[in-house]
Amino acid sequence: MNSKVTDRIATSIFYLIAATIVTVLVGLLGYIIFHGFSKLNLEFLTSPSSSFRAGGGIGNQLFNSFYILFLTMVFTVPLGLGGGIYMAEYARPGRLTNAIRTCIEVLASLPSIVIGMFGLLMFVNLTGWGYSILGGALALTVFNLPVMVRVCEDALRTVQRDQKEASLALGITHWHTIKTVLLPAAFPSILTGAILASGRVFGEAAALLFTAGLTTPTLDFSNWNPFDSTSPLNVFRPAETLAVHIWAVNTQGLIPDVREVADGSSAVLIISVLIFNLLARWIGSAVHKKITASK
Amino acid sequence: MKIVMEQKKDSKPLTKQSNIEKENKPVALNIKKLNIYYGDNHAVKDVSFSIEKNAVTALIGPSGCGKSTFLRSINRMNDLIPGARSTGGIIYEDVNLIGDDINVVALRKEIGMVFQKPNPFPKSIYNNITHALKFNGIRSKKKLDVIVEESLRKAALWDEVKDRLHESALSLSGGQQQRLCIARTLAMKPSILLLDEPASALDPISNAKIEDLIMELKKEYTIIIVTHNMHQASRISDKTAFFLNGVLVEFDQTDKIFTNPSKKDTEDYITGRFG
Repeated sequence: MNSKVTDRIATSIFYLIAATIVTVLVGLLGYIIFHGFSKLNLEFLTSPSSSFRAGGGIGNQLFNSFYILFLTMVFTVPLGLGGGIYMAEYARPGRLTNAIRTCIEVLASLPSIVIGMFGLLMFVNLTGWGYSILGGALALTVFNLPVMVRVCEDALRTVQRDQKEASLALGITHWHTIKTVLLPAAFPSILTGAILASGRVFGEAAALLFTAGLTTPTLDFSNWNPFDSTSPLNVFRPAETLAVHIWAVNTQGLIPDVREVADGSSAVLIISVLIFNLLARWIGSAVHKKITASK
Repeated sequence: MKIVMEQKKDSKPLTKQSNIEKENKPVALNIKKLNIYYGDNHAVKDVSFSIEKNAVTALIGPSGCGKSTFLRSINRMNDLIPGARSTGGIIYEDVNLIGDDINVVALRKEIGMVFQKPNPFPKSIYNNITHALKFNGIRSKKKLDVIVEESLRKAALWDEVKDRLHESALSLSGGQQQRLCIARTLAMKPSILLLDEPASALDPISNAKIEDLIMELKKEYTIIIVTHNMHQASRISDKTAFFLNGVLVEFDQTDKIFTNPSKKDTEDYITGRFG
């Protein structure tokens, strides 16, 4: 067999693999969206779910998902950024740094159900909050943080060394160099990482089962006082998210239209994650253009 | 601007006057028994010589001979390399730059550096120059405009970029980028410029422009340049130092080094017999 033939075979194998992946993805997305499509209307998206009768919506679940996601990112991004900056710029190579890195990697590979159990002990029982949005967001922070630290560290490390040297050689301090040269250059990758992490958080169910709970109290969407028990903004109320809802109706749903609700919820979930991914690319490149003054 | 954070009163510094008497020319840097190590690697060995003010000093030698290491030790860029340490002295205005008490941030403003590969920030041309100025508290637009123009003029780049100051620096050619890097360094008003093979990544025309620029700049600045290009060294430098395996083999007037070197190794190197 000559090298030309080998080359051709290798090329076609890679094409085949790529085609398989695309087919599976498109098939999966198409299947979920096709089945859930009939449910994609404003009423389904905004009305509260029902426990027994058909025709319930996912309004509260959708709100809960976004609210928990928002809180999680509020906790994760600053912590992850700080950890990433430390690991990339300040940590001296040595035993301590290796130990920290091992911890981060172990934490990153923890199954989310284990994080859920940890969250139950820490944020539900120990704090005495019971099932709460805050507990869920904190559990998801634990789940998300190692990935975020890693993303920030890698993003900072991939900034070319000569950029850092250029700034330091101009008599600029290390911290100011990080702030004005490294972080702006790393920003698009950090943003992409953060938005991809959002997708992970948005679809997470296991870690929330024991922390944010399986129920949502009756919410009054005209009451925006975060300290009121019927307010959607109250962080100490239990909250069932979309992903948890899919799991719940499928396993213990009593409503007659279980299938439709599950299909519709899945479609909404996957479309949301898709939007996160598209946003990640779009905002990332837009910001990159803005700060580099390129056209 | 204070380079030394806490000056020791009792230590008797070497005065500039004594150097002038010795060499008859003002000295910018006095290097005394300088040793630099990277871990176990002894990269620069017992180097002593003095660098003249407002002149171009070329550092030549084969790759890995320690000339870049030496250059980077002057503005303490070697601090970034884990395991790098040095002993001896680099005396600048009565201060030993090797000391732990040196404020490297202030030092790097006094002694600017331009690297081999042009490394403008991915910002606009204007912001490349104002980046460090703003850090030093210059906020007034008028003042910044003046310094930007002045620096670009000094770097012989103004006429080429004056109409596109707010375009990305990455849209410039390699040679222009390198002159922008020089302009950015000049904006800090340094007294010494360290150039680490500034023209080796450029085409011959850009190279010639950089050389012209260096000839122009030496009227105001002390320039130390590392180069692999023998012709460049002979064209632009007043003094040449030849390094080999971390040792300063010969240091003399450039004419002397290139026409009548006193060491066999120097002759072998400049005639291309090794390196």
